[in-house]
Amino acid sequence: MTPESSTADRPGAADPAAPPSRAGAGLLLRIVPPGLYAGRSHVLVERSYLVSRRAWLSVISGFFEPLFFLFSLGYGLGRLVTGVEGVPYAQFVAPALLAASAMNGAVFEATFNLFFKFKYAKVYDAVLATPLGPVDIAIGEATWCLIRGGLYSGGFIVVMLGFGLVDSPWALLALPACLLVAAAFAAVGMAAATFMRSWQDFDLVQLAVMPLFLFSTTFYPLSVYPGWLQVVVQWTPLYHAIELMRSLTTGNVDWGALVHVAYFAVMVLVGVAVAARRLGKLLLT
Amino acid sequence: MSAHVVNPWRAALIAVENHWTWYRRNWRATVISNFLQPVLFLLAMGVGFGSQVQPGEATGGHPYVVYLAPALLVVTAVQNATFESSWAVFSSFKWQRTYLAVVSTPVTPAQVLYGQLLWIALRLAAGTAVFLLIAVALGAITSPSAVLAVPFATLAGMAFSAPLVAFTATREKPDAFNSVFRFLVMPMTLFTGAFYPLSQLPGWLHPLAWATPAWHGIELARGVTFGTLGVLPALGHVAYLAALVALGVVLGRRYFHRRLAV
Repeated sequence: MTPESSTADRPGAADPAAPPSRAGAGLLLRIVPPGLYAGRSHVLVERSYLVSRRAWLSVISGFFEPLFFLFSLGYGLGRLVTGVEGVPYAQFVAPALLAASAMNGAVFEATFNLFFKFKYAKVYDAVLATPLGPVDIAIGEATWCLIRGGLYSGGFIVVMLGFGLVDSPWALLALPACLLVAAAFAAVGMAAATFMRSWQDFDLVQLAVMPLFLFSTTFYPLSVYPGWLQVVVQWTPLYHAIELMRSLTTGNVDWGALVHVAYFAVMVLVGVAVAARRLGKLLLT
Repeated sequence: MSAHVVNPWRAALIAVENHWTWYRRNWRATVISNFLQPVLFLLAMGVGFGSQVQPGEATGGHPYVVYLAPALLVVTAVQNATFESSWAVFSSFKWQRTYLAVVSTPVTPAQVLYGQLLWIALRLAAGTAVFLLIAVALGAITSPSAVLAVPFATLAGMAFSAPLVAFTATREKPDAFNSVFRFLVMPMTLFTGAFYPLSQLPGWLHPLAWATPAWHGIELARGVTFGTLGVLPALGHVAYLAALVALGVVLGRRYFHRRLAV
């Protein structure tokens, strides 16, 4: 990983046998340079699965965090406030916690785990000794984030159903919406992780995630803020996720939901593009 | 072990000095988790959420942010103690191996433990004091007697820290720490009456809450801030917390000795 080594070291650049060009591998194979993508990202997902089988407790525990918040805040605080925006407090806070847990899970998986594997465990250096390239890594890791996020979100939605906090069949779309939100935060988190130098930089991740969690109308309505601050909050990503979840679980769905979807689609595209580029640069030069 | 050439107190203080030397260079990393996080929490829950709460019987007649602030002081102390007693201690055993270096001097394993605990207590006291000042500036603390909440919050933090340090000393891998955080610290933050009175929760949860250091700390801190604390309950809470600290020290001495004595 010396910065000045020649491009001839790239797996696949000099070795004609390296990238197996596969018929089903799709468009990506045509547009990214050979050696960056081998169309085999699924083996990286398999690796993550094998690893997490041995750390199942820490995987499962991620599900309990939003659940504890829901019980504590939804029920305890629910008796201090009779209702927010015309709905019982538990029903107000639950979709927001769902969105926040999609964000938290994705960001932490994408930053902490990626950084650890990248910098300390040297997993990706090992992976690159195989036909896989940086784009395989980016896609494989993102997919794993999504699988984990989907399990947490799905579990949480079932709990919400069980407690009667879901009002509308639109909630069927809550899980795909969670996956989109998780994908957006995972992509951006991954891109951010490639810029990190040491563990100290993770405080900056906290510095971004904490205020999002606390101030994106998770616990109280937007009307609490003065006008200019409302505008600022409305531009932040978690606000869109929370709005999307609230409208889906209450059934107040209108065309505005597409704005939220578009917001996250842009996040995904930008995040993936930056992450793949940076990974390629860091690993192959 | 070699003979004592420093007296035990001085040895523990030398261990503290070791931590301080490191901290002077690296304190920036702690600013966000130790200071900024509780302040953001106070703003979001106290001011933002609090705007939805009518002062009433549940909040002791106080505005919500005033009701929340002393409890948040304790919760912050417990949370800060957690990291300092798990990952940081584990690292000193396993990754940085500073403890191993220290016990090759005349400082004994027990003194390493005292130094570590003393250092954590100092950090907690300083962190709590800074948070108190910020809370005062935000108008969340109005009573001068809230100053007493600082030692109580520190004591509550240490009542969790000392047993956790002992536990950490028995670990060969750091795997358990995530579970400690999610299954002990999180519930201790959410279900021990910090955000609303314990009476709002179902009865079967109450005995669990009474066992936690956070609940005793919150009772003490709120009690002195609002002047509702009786002498006997105060002594009871302090005795329980002190007993937890003592338990942690006794176990910690044993495990530190087992792991570090040569």
